[in-house]
Amino acid sequence: MSSTEYAAAYPAHRDDYGSRMGMWLFLFTELILFGGLFIVYAVYRYMHQQEFHMAAQELNTTIGLTNTIALLTSSMTAAMSITAMQKGNVRFSKGLIWITIGFAFVFMVNKFFEWSAKIQHGIFPGSKDLLAKPNGEILYFGLYYVMTGLHTLHVIIGVIFFLFILRQIKQGKIHSTRYVRLENSALYWHLVDLIWIFLFPLFYLIH
Amino acid sequence: MAKTAMPEEKVEPSYLEVSTNKYKKGILSWILSVDHKRIGIMYLFSMMAFFTVAVFFGFLIRLELIAPGRTIIDAQTYNQLFTLHGIIMIFLFIIPGLPAVFGNFFLPIMIGAKDVIFPRLNLMSWYMFVFGGLFAVASMLLPGGSADTGWMFYVPYSVRTNTNVLPALIAAFILGFSSILTGLNFITTIHRMRHPDMSWFKMPLFVWSLYATAWIQVLATPIIGITLALVGIERVLGVGIFDPALGGDPVLYQHLFWIYSHPAVYIMILPAMGVVSEIIPVFSRRSIFGYKFIAFSSLAIAFFGSLVWAHHMFTAGMSDTAQFVFSFITYVVSIPSAIKVFNWLSTMYKGSIKLDPPFLYVMSFIVQFSIGGFTGLMLGALSLNIHLQDTSFVVAHFHYVMFGGTGFGIFAAMHYWLPKMFGRMYNLKVATWAWGIVTVGYNALYMPMFIMGYLGMPRRYYDYLPQFQPYHVASTIGSWILIIGLIIMFTNLWIGMRKGPKTSMNPWGGETLEWKIQTPPILENFREVPDIHAGPYDYSKYETKKETTK
Repeated sequence: MSSTEYAAAYPAHRDDYGSRMGMWLFLFTELILFGGLFIVYAVYRYMHQQEFHMAAQELNTTIGLTNTIALLTSSMTAAMSITAMQKGNVRFSKGLIWITIGFAFVFMVNKFFEWSAKIQHGIFPGSKDLLAKPNGEILYFGLYYVMTGLHTLHVIIGVIFFLFILRQIKQGKIHSTRYVRLENSALYWHLVDLIWIFLFPLFYLIH
Repeated sequence: MAKTAMPEEKVEPSYLEVSTNKYKKGILSWILSVDHKRIGIMYLFSMMAFFTVAVFFGFLIRLELIAPGRTIIDAQTYNQLFTLHGIIMIFLFIIPGLPAVFGNFFLPIMIGAKDVIFPRLNLMSWYMFVFGGLFAVASMLLPGGSADTGWMFYVPYSVRTNTNVLPALIAAFILGFSSILTGLNFITTIHRMRHPDMSWFKMPLFVWSLYATAWIQVLATPIIGITLALVGIERVLGVGIFDPALGGDPVLYQHLFWIYSHPAVYIMILPAMGVVSEIIPVFSRRSIFGYKFIAFSSLAIAFFGSLVWAHHMFTAGMSDTAQFVFSFITYVVSIPSAIKVFNWLSTMYKGSIKLDPPFLYVMSFIVQFSIGGFTGLMLGALSLNIHLQDTSFVVAHFHYVMFGGTGFGIFAAMHYWLPKMFGRMYNLKVATWAWGIVTVGYNALYMPMFIMGYLGMPRRYYDYLPQFQPYHVASTIGSWILIIGLIIMFTNLWIGMRKGPKTSMNPWGGETLEWKIQTPPILENFREVPDIHAGPYDYSKYETKKETTK
């Protein structure tokens, strides 16, 4: 049986509710993945309160705040792109997705400058300057790099999802009556946003 | 024209003949297939390949221990072998064993569905399984030597050792991801793909156990993912996380590790309990006793099983209160397990029992699982735990549950369902003999470990005091008997599946949906879904008949 014959004989099962349910389950696993890191953070913060306090003052709250605003706004544009798609306004929806991706780049550029400033100051895993610091600060910066790094990886994955969505809109696979993939990508994006909302106070605001 | 053995005329080619893609035959028509049945078979063969390797490692470990001092391998190789034996058996055999093979194959059929809800994701899970397996193989073959940390990767040793810990960590991470995706697929399938008449309490108990398992897979596996990733990051980049030299806390690692790895033992055992619940009613010709209790006890095990992890760490340093709480919950988790055992036994009571091979394996399961479960309670008692921690008593305990339980559950499932999957029957007589040899060998292998562990033989030790030698010799001889039995069993199954006599639609007289469709099943399982009127184990016709004849 050729693939086209097969597709005709066995039409693909469509269940948008099921697809969203699968996505939510996946988001649970992501939350628990970061949950493990939050546990590590909580334990070490409890063990080294003073040193976490000192280390946190090295971070630039302005950059963190800018990134928070960028991600929150991008979550809004992602949600709006779904509504635009539902209403059949494909061009507007695509525009909103591009704006979302734009905000993601603002976030990553900010992150790049933030990290490179840290590295220039000699604060990176295994560096002499960092190892000279007390244990609590080593743990703080270890967690800082791992948690924000893993989060940035998720930002990149989210952007890749949106690029796929744009391609599928172009191919006509996503349209005003079939947009569950766009919804799922936006759900993923909200998760990325949500995790940042926890990371921001944990690293930048609690002194 | 219709053969007498075939109640229904065979009109459609089976899934073994119809491809789901443009390749009609050959390897590509399999490894690119999204059909849940073909994926199940692919899991079966890849899993058996890994199982063979791990059994061989186990054989070498036992052979080394037949006499004190060096026998055939040096200490470093010994450490690497038990590490690989653990990693392969756990991540590549027992965890995917039932859900990925028989769950994939029969879950959609049992709920009256054409396939799982995300067939392509299902295929992707298999690819991740294979890639994870390749990383495990790479960790063996790459220069530097395979990991020697034990399958638990305890820090700080796993950060310091120069062996290939990283490929092994990546393997476990990818396999975890594969397991998550399978679980996610099953939960959504059970919620969304059930036939409209298939209400929750008409689902076969195997489906219930897969459902409970899938939730653990989804909710617990990410923790091990991030924990192993952290160890990897710490190894490669020198980030301070668990290494005490950088202020980290190795006990925290142990907590995070067991938060997954204890629930994981329920990922391993629950589907086997589901298989047992399937097989007992069929071979006793009795409706299952306490259907809802068995179904909910699976969920109860999944729930309580997530709250007992620290009983692996009683000697690692914990507050007395924490020890007491974890010991108590450990005792609580035995209640739902015991509920299952009592319900199985009550199902058999006054049944017309047929001692076919699947049922024999189930009998071994019940006995061995009960021994394993009971010794688990002994280990869960705080005072006794101090005495038995890290002895071969622990090794015997978890092998009784994991191998004597789940392993035998997998063998039972093979003897029960392979004829359905391939449409051919194996030799029943040989299978019965193989069962006898496997059971004897198995118990000869692990029973001495209880005794010498109680007497003080530490686990994972390369050398031992001469007073333990009789037990080690008995155990090693047991391993030979076991392997002979396994070879007979698998050869018999292999020959049966290739050349055995063609079997009918329902060789065992099962009442669940998979026995009401063509053998082997057609591509999308059902021409039309049969009537789903009663529960899955309706043997009332046999039961009433018996009463009238009295």
